Amino acid sequence: MSAQSPPHADNERPAPAVPAPRRRWLTIATGVTGEVLVTAGILLGLFVVWQLFYTDILSGRTQHAALEDTDFAEDFRVPPVTVIDGVVNAADTEAPIELIPDELKVYSPTGAPITAEPAAPETFGRLWVPRWGSDYVKPISQGTDREVTLDRLGIGHYQSTAMPGEVGNFAIAGHRTSYGKPFADVDKLIAGDALIVQTEEAWFVYRVTASQIVLPHQVEVIAPVPNAPGALPTTASITLTSCHPKFSAEKRFIVHGELEYWAPTGHGYPQEVFDKS
Amino acid sequence: MMYPWLWRHLPGPTWARATIVVLAIAVVVFALFEWVFPWVSEMLPYQDQTVGE
Repeated sequence: MSAQSPPHADNERPAPAVPAPRRRWLTIATGVTGEVLVTAGILLGLFVVWQLFYTDILSGRTQHAALEDTDFAEDFRVPPVTVIDGVVNAADTEAPIELIPDELKVYSPTGAPITAEPAAPETFGRLWVPRWGSDYVKPISQGTDREVTLDRLGIGHYQSTAMPGEVGNFAIAGHRTSYGKPFADVDKLIAGDALIVQTEEAWFVYRVTASQIVLPHQVEVIAPVPNAPGALPTTASITLTSCHPKFSAEKRFIVHGELEYWAPTGHGYPQEVFDKS
Repeated sequence: MMYPWLWRHLPGPTWARATIVVLAIAVVVFALFEWVFPWVSEMLPYQDQTVGE
């Protein structure tokens, strides 16, 4: 017995003797639990940073590389322009931008050159949407598998739906949040907006006709005739699918459009590329 | 607790331990960003944007 623990009158053991190791284990358990919780918090925070910012950087890079790999007659880099009475000039040099002459525009899908459906995740086209900004141009790649196509290359084409300009429904999907978010502003499209698809052989100018919010299993939105599965298509449609609401998988935001005209590449840009957004 | 324990078991002077810690954190974050988070995100459906059966 040390001097600090005076002997007791009865046989009771000194008070600190038993609780001491128990308290030590309690302290350790509490401390480790705290550290685990703090670590979990940091991991969750890092995941949010990764999802919201890092995927944009990574995916933005691969999407830009995919654009550069598409070797079409008209460049995807368009300088800032001024549009006066339908004449489009480069803003700095005032050099005219070549526009597709009216006589080359075909206001029906007839005779349109249809790109053969490639293997996933090959990039076969570009999507231009003036409503989403004068510089909005993104690659369109084959397939809707997230890991293979959508998370890396942005916009993906639903396998075995129509190709651009083909009679039927050209159906594409894209992220609305993160991964470069190609369809971030899908809810801003209004009827009449141009959706321009460029392939190696042709430009296809579609016009938005309608949008709707559906449940994820409602595959009829990408049927050859949208919302009429089994019906025989006579027109060339386009359908965009994205998630809704943002950061949720509860529903899908759908935008439908119809082909207005097509024209061969190599004769300049469609006027609609320079529509005011 | 576990972090102080790890710190005590790292070799070398303080600056060497600090360097090891910074490198270890960098490796962990890299592994998370490159492999773990993409894998986790595949499991989470909140980013789905396709229609399907």
